Amino acid sequence: MSSFSVTEPSKRSKWFAGTLVILYALITMVPLAWIMLTGFKSPADAISYPPKVLFEPTLEGYVNLFTTRTRQTDEFLAANPPQTWYDRIVREYDMVIAGPSKFGERFLNSVIIGFGSTFLSIFLGTLAAYAFSRFKIPLADDLLFFILSTRMMPPIAVAIPIFLMYRQLGLSDTHLGMILLYTGVNISLAVWLLKGFIDEIPLEYEEAALIDGYTRFQAFYKVVLPQAATGIASTAIFCLIFAWNEYAFAVLLTSGTAQTAPPFIPTIIGVGGLDWPAVAAGATIFLLPVMIFTILLRKHLLRGITFGAVRK
Amino acid sequence: MTDSPATRAAQATPVGVARKIKGLSDRAIAWIFVGPTIFLLLAINIFPLIWTINLSFTDFRANRLNREVEYIGLRNYERILTDSDIWLNMQATAHFLFWTIFFQVLIGFALAYLINKKFKGNDLWTTIIVLPMMLSPAVVGNFWKFLYQPQIGLFNYVVSFITGKDPSSFEMLGSVQLAPWSIVIVDTWMWTPFVMLICLAGLRSIPDYIYEAAEVDRASKLRQFFTITIPMVLPFLMLAVLFRGIENFKMFDLVVQLTGGGPGSTTELTSINLKREAFEKWRTGYASAYAIILFVTVFGLASIYVKALNKVKER
Repeated sequence: MSSFSVTEPSKRSKWFAGTLVILYALITMVPLAWIMLTGFKSPADAISYPPKVLFEPTLEGYVNLFTTRTRQTDEFLAANPPQTWYDRIVREYDMVIAGPSKFGERFLNSVIIGFGSTFLSIFLGTLAAYAFSRFKIPLADDLLFFILSTRMMPPIAVAIPIFLMYRQLGLSDTHLGMILLYTGVNISLAVWLLKGFIDEIPLEYEEAALIDGYTRFQAFYKVVLPQAATGIASTAIFCLIFAWNEYAFAVLLTSGTAQTAPPFIPTIIGVGGLDWPAVAAGATIFLLPVMIFTILLRKHLLRGITFGAVRK
Repeated sequence: MTDSPATRAAQATPVGVARKIKGLSDRAIAWIFVGPTIFLLLAINIFPLIWTINLSFTDFRANRLNREVEYIGLRNYERILTDSDIWLNMQATAHFLFWTIFFQVLIGFALAYLINKKFKGNDLWTTIIVLPMMLSPAVVGNFWKFLYQPQIGLFNYVVSFITGKDPSSFEMLGSVQLAPWSIVIVDTWMWTPFVMLICLAGLRSIPDYIYEAAEVDRASKLRQFFTITIPMVLPFLMLAVLFRGIENFKMFDLVVQLTGGGPGSTTELTSINLKREAFEKWRTGYASAYAIILFVTVFGLASIYVKALNKVKER
């Protein structure tokens, strides 16, 4: 870096810019930090005024999130002393734990559907992107663009026929149905992104492999795949985040066995209205993986966002 | 590079080489590779679209399967376009679209401009700023509802701390005047980073030598900003606006969790209204026509916009 560069910002303007950006970042984090704090509050602390920044942390919200509880008579409570730390927490409200709540199941559904659809999108998407990139397919560009444009439809509009179709096929409220649906929604973007990455791989490598006696398949998975690995990984992250966060289809097409966490979390209800610490605990558990993921993979992710957008 | 890899692919495997390749022919492989994707796209994207178009001419109701379905021509379309309530929803959507894009462009560009000053640690802070847009909008909407609670919510507390107003004197989600702004605030919080990232890509694409040349010509910094920075970032900025516009036109999850369309129907965006027609009133045919109208509207507006964008790019 030359000290005479005219384009290098001055020290003072860097300092000024840094301060403003950090200030914005801190303000933007307040709601997230607040929700995480609320997860460790007692219900009384969560709704106290003025809002409490300092409080005695408790795992009550988390216990309430994962369990269902029933109120019991004093005799019953006296006869059965609490066994575990989480028993003790609910005893303070004269309750006993009746069993696990549905949160665990819903979270697991999110994992299964998220990873299932990501795997399928990437598997099919990579094959298709390779074909679109390397072979002449009639009308390929128009086809891709048209398919991408169906994403302009509001999800509810797509949900009407899907709802009817799934009812007929028996796919309503099933993992398979949701995996196929999310794959169908994701795959247009996946192919589009992956084609960009594969286009960048020079053809010479494959040609050399073909001349060396590789079949097309071998050339594809021994030469092209390893080179496209980074692109595949960042596309996978996008598919996963979409499936993980999706709400509109989930709320309309699932209600029980295949319901994911986003439609479930807002329905967590405690005694006397919403149990905010439990809701906050659920939100924290659900959002934290994405946040950690984003920070760890920031290089790929941030490049992917702009790459995907600017290419279109 | 003059020719794209795709066009080169056609000539890439000369006949002589192709003959020697073992295994399936290229054509067969192409179809095997593309086939499943095409099938899935037809099943999940194209077929539903056609079905929706078909349904839009009927009086079908998905909750009454035994009733005879009648084709009623364009009656659904006629009813929607003459319904004054739907125009109110369109207005609510327009308000939401305009102000979210306005604030996101303003703040997003400013942030990108500042980050581009390359201060120490800028990529870490960029990542932190980006976090909100990675999260589930439904869950975000749900917890902002908590922040917006009168009396107990953090948002009301902060506003009252700054302005000295009584925190229970205003309800962000409950008042007809404030509710439309409450959704604008959350959407801006969530999606400003997206505009910022696109602008940042634009700013970084400007080569240094242009500024150096301007410096040699003794153009002032202000002048450089208006004659170099703005015009060169503009195509990127317009692209960001296009994406935000499309996304917010179909906005559902965030707002449904925050306000549910209320109070009254002040924040009932078209998507929420559509859900109400399709899955609460079960007027499937009517809702299908509504969906098609929305799709055509977005598609039309987006196409016009893309034309304008291409003109800007050419300059």
